[in-house]
Parts: sequence; structure tokens; C-alpha cells
Amino acid sequence: MTDISGLHRELVARVLGSKGTAPPQQRRAAFDATGLEEPLRTLVDKVAHHAQYVSADDISAARAAGLSEDQVFEIVVCAAIGQADRQYTGALTALAAATGGAT
Amino acid sequence: MRLQILDCGHRLPTKALLAVIRVVSGHPVVDAVKLALYRPDFYGAGALTHEAMRGPSEWSVGDRELMAAFVAQAVESPFCIAAHSATSTLWFDDAAKVTATLADLDTAPIEEPLRATLRMLGKIAAEQAIDADDMRAVLDVGVTPAQIEDALAVGLAFGITARLANAFDFDLATPAAMNAGAKHLLRRGYR
Repeated sequence: MTDISGLHRELVARVLGSKGTAPPQQRRAAFDATGLEEPLRTLVDKVAHHAQYVSADDISAARAAGLSEDQVFEIVVCAAIGQADRQYTGALTALAAATGGAT
Repeated sequence: MRLQILDCGHRLPTKALLAVIRVVSGHPVVDAVKLALYRPDFYGAGALTHEAMRGPSEWSVGDRELMAAFVAQAVESPFCIAAHSATSTLWFDDAAKVTATLADLDTAPIEEPLRATLRMLGKIAAEQAIDADDMRAVLDVGVTPAQIEDALAVGLAFGITARLANAFDFDLATPAAMNAGAKHLLRRGYR
């Protein structure tokens, strides 16, 4: 079978770690999709739950709030990875429950 | 592409590589490649995606490409639907199978284990609650726990990629460019 466990951990550590230009707590909040103020709250919520509705205005609002393009890039990446991570982890928990942990 | 840095903010060696890709492929560089090559020390999910899509698995490459397209459809990502439909079609040499699966999973001409697995992936991607009963429904048609974990890895990779494709507004490349990309993905993978 495939083994993404190490690569998954490394990806999450990279986007939440020291390589970012946005403040670490802001990237963590984007990853968790919680604790952000507008306009980032709307942007992150859309990326996590309705990414098809992210608009140029959402990006412009984040830029107008003082974020650089690189910081917007990082916030969007953290939001996407955070939501996919929660879904993945939840599904693995459901699988463990179905198999009694023998996966 | 919504952020200018993703279009033209790459470092010089990467810009040279993008130019080579343009010349060799004969097509504009697709936005997925521009994203993958932008600050790989920060995002750089290529290795994870490659392992999920090309690592050892009881699922075929075509099955996993179809899973990627199915997840992309659940999160409404036109770019990823087109890219991975093209790659799955090329692998199976069967456009009708891929089209039918995305149009109506219940009647698509695919094996039951793949159908149940796609149904589970679609439910997760659509953010519906998933529990042990959902997993038992997949196991009951003969899918192994290892196969489910492999499918969930595809779901993770494309849960990320499809969201980014939408958020950054990836241009939908021409069918010719998508087919060229599909050939590359089958030849070289995602690294």
C-alpha cells in the first residue's frame, strides 16, 4: 500500500513552520479555520468549504488588509490543507472504528 | 491565475524551467505546474501526491486518477476534473467509462469495489458526516482496509489540490494541453 504518513506530517509542519512570511498564529488559524477576523475569515471559510466561490474580491480584500501576495498564498494553502487534513483524519478514525483498529 | 506571484514570481532557475516546459510541450504551462513550482520549500506537495497516485497500491493508476477526478467533481473544480478525467481516460483507453462514472456513479460500468470507494470519497469531499457504517459499506463489497487507506490518501491530495485550483482560479487549459499534461502525468507522475 502507499505510505503518505511521513510526507503528510512534513507538509503540515512546513506550512505551519518557519518557512512562512505570514505570522505563524495566522497560518495556524487558517489551517484550523477558526479565530480569524474579517476579511480573512471569509476567505478561509470559502477555501475550506466552498472554494469554487472564492472571488477576486476576496483576494483583494485580504491584500487591502495589509497582506502581501505571498502571505495570501500561504493563508489559502493553510486553509486548503487544514480542511483536507480534517476530512482525512476523520475518515481514518471511521475506518479504525469499522475494523476495530486493524487497518 | 489570481495571484501574480504564481504566474510570474518564480525564481530565475524555475523561470528557465518553465520556459523549457513551454518549448518542449508546445503548450502554455498549466497553472497546476506553476503552483507546484512556486516556493516548493513551503507548499511542495508533489511528493505526497506522487506517493498517493503512483506508489504501490492494489488500485491501478487509472483507478486513482478516476478517484482524483471524482473528488474534484465533488468540490466543483473544473481544472482538476478535466486534468484527471483526461489522465484516467488515457490510462483506461476508455473515455466512456470515465464520463459515465462522473455522470452517474450508480449506473457506471465499473466494478463494485471501485464504485463503493468512489461513493465514500465523494461523501467525504462533499463534507457529509462519515462514520464506521460508511466504511463497513465499502469493506462489505470486498475492499481491503489498505485499499481504503490508499483511496483516502488520494482524497487528501486532491482535497488540497482542487481547493487550491478553485481559490487561485486556475485557467482551464485547452483539451490539447490537458492531453499533453495527461501523457506527462502517466510518464513521470507528480514529482
